Amino acid sequence: MALLRNWLLGIPRYLWSGWGAIASLLLLVALWEALAAAYGPLVLPTPLQTAQMLAQWMEQGGELWPALAVTARRAFIGLALAVLAGSLLGVAAGVSMTASMMARPWVTVLLGTPPIAWLVLAMLWFGSGDGTPVFTVFIACLPVVFVGGMQGARTLERHWRDLARAYRLPWHMRVLDVYLPHVVSYLFPAWIVALGSSWKVVVMAELLSSDTGVGAQLATSRAQLDMAATLAWIAAVVLVLLALEYLLLEPIKREIERWRDSGGMGEERA
Amino acid sequence: MTAPPNPELRVSGLAHAFGPRAVLEDIALHLPAGRTLALVGPSGSGKSTLLHLCAGLLTLRDGRIANGFARTSMLFQQPHLLPWKSALDNIALGLKARGMGRGARLAAAHAMGRAMGLDELALAQFPPQLSGGMQSRAALARALVLEPDLLLLDEPFSALDIGMKQQMHRLLLAEQQRRPLAVLMITHDVMEAVALADQVLVLAGTPARLRWRLDLALPAARRDDAWVHRQTALLLAQPAVRAAFDLPPLAHGVSPADAYSPADPGTGVAVGGQARIAGDGCEVAL
Repeated sequence: MALLRNWLLGIPRYLWSGWGAIASLLLLVALWEALAAAYGPLVLPTPLQTAQMLAQWMEQGGELWPALAVTARRAFIGLALAVLAGSLLGVAAGVSMTASMMARPWVTVLLGTPPIAWLVLAMLWFGSGDGTPVFTVFIACLPVVFVGGMQGARTLERHWRDLARAYRLPWHMRVLDVYLPHVVSYLFPAWIVALGSSWKVVVMAELLSSDTGVGAQLATSRAQLDMAATLAWIAAVVLVLLALEYLLLEPIKREIERWRDSGGMGEERA
Repeated sequence: MTAPPNPELRVSGLAHAFGPRAVLEDIALHLPAGRTLALVGPSGSGKSTLLHLCAGLLTLRDGRIANGFARTSMLFQQPHLLPWKSALDNIALGLKARGMGRGARLAAAHAMGRAMGLDELALAQFPPQLSGGMQSRAALARALVLEPDLLLLDEPFSALDIGMKQQMHRLLLAEQQRRPLAVLMITHDVMEAVALADQVLVLAGTPARLRWRLDLALPAARRDDAWVHRQTALLLAQPAVRAAFDLPPLAHGVSPADAYSPADPGTGVAVGGQARIAGDGCEVAL
């Protein structure tokens, strides 16, 4: 509870510290404006035109929200499955030396296989429904979460075990008060990375395999050579990701990484 | 291992090895209730291993450890506070493990935290927000709130500056004045050992054995800096102690203390002539 309060109290200061980031983003918009002015709206519409397009979709209750909802649903189902399976399997693998040695090459294979390869397979297996994007997201996020869980369990420092024994913590306290928060401090950053890639992968999967969602809309506007609409969809995807990342996840991540820095000091035995 | 009825820690014939490497050999010590015993030795001499064996964190291989104390508590080399809990919740950790209710344990933790000089703000904060000295105080409070009758100290103050170290010493001595608390401490700081302990044992060699024993009769609370400096100098003048820490032999011939040096420390038998040095209650014996 105190942790939650701490996090809420940190938000205003954190937002205030965001002015620099906003200024640098605005600089990017200015660059975009300059390029648009140089090449004309056929090649690159201006930021204003793009924003107007977005605003129009939003107002009418038109295409934007349903498409985002479909895409978000797919991304989050795939992500939730990956987080669940990856966390459990990763921690299990981290607890056993043999399992982690065995799992390492598999993770390398999974991480090394490009998502587009999985997408082709998924299209053959699942057709054009929700199955393809969900599966692709799942398989793209799984290894990231798995590695996080494995590292969390592997790095359970000896001193936490000693502490638990010296202070005679019963098993449920060992798990809830010591091991779980430590493992979560490793899992959480992995979940955030997985969230980012799920959002990217789902758009790609939709673009190639589906006729609903943001990716499909992007494919349509590309087919119609509608640059303003294309850019507006891209902007929508990026804005959602930025909002999630910087408003929700980044502050929590900072808090958790502070724990890790202080908890992770190596202990030498004399 | 059945606990003897009287509260004391008795170690006899203890030996330990990590794989083929023997680290401890023929260790015997006795710590009665309310007394302080310091084990000093160079880094890597196995004193931390000995303490972890006494704490039950390592499995005993050879010898006997009889811990007759009802409640044992421990301070680690680093504070090791759980970073996801406030200082107050950290102090209450051991009480929670005993199944004490939330209100009662937080009240006890609060009182102990205040006694250790932590204010309301510090108690509400998380460990990473506290200074090193504050973290050490919280760790000491976490150990003492359990009302232990044996406290194991694994060089917990070695990273603190001299002022904070002495503050921690005073807090510890105050607790020992308040109620009987036996302390087994390890340190590589000879002066810290001399300042706090009723008995100092020097541990050295591979595998490590006890090389020297120093009994200090003056109560720790009545020792001043000058006394501690003098006793430390006397201890460090002993050839056996100098050899233990790999110090070169004293240049100016035989120091006064050498005259009392017993014959052969290599036998490791804790018997032999006792000799009195100076008039202030210091005995050197082996």
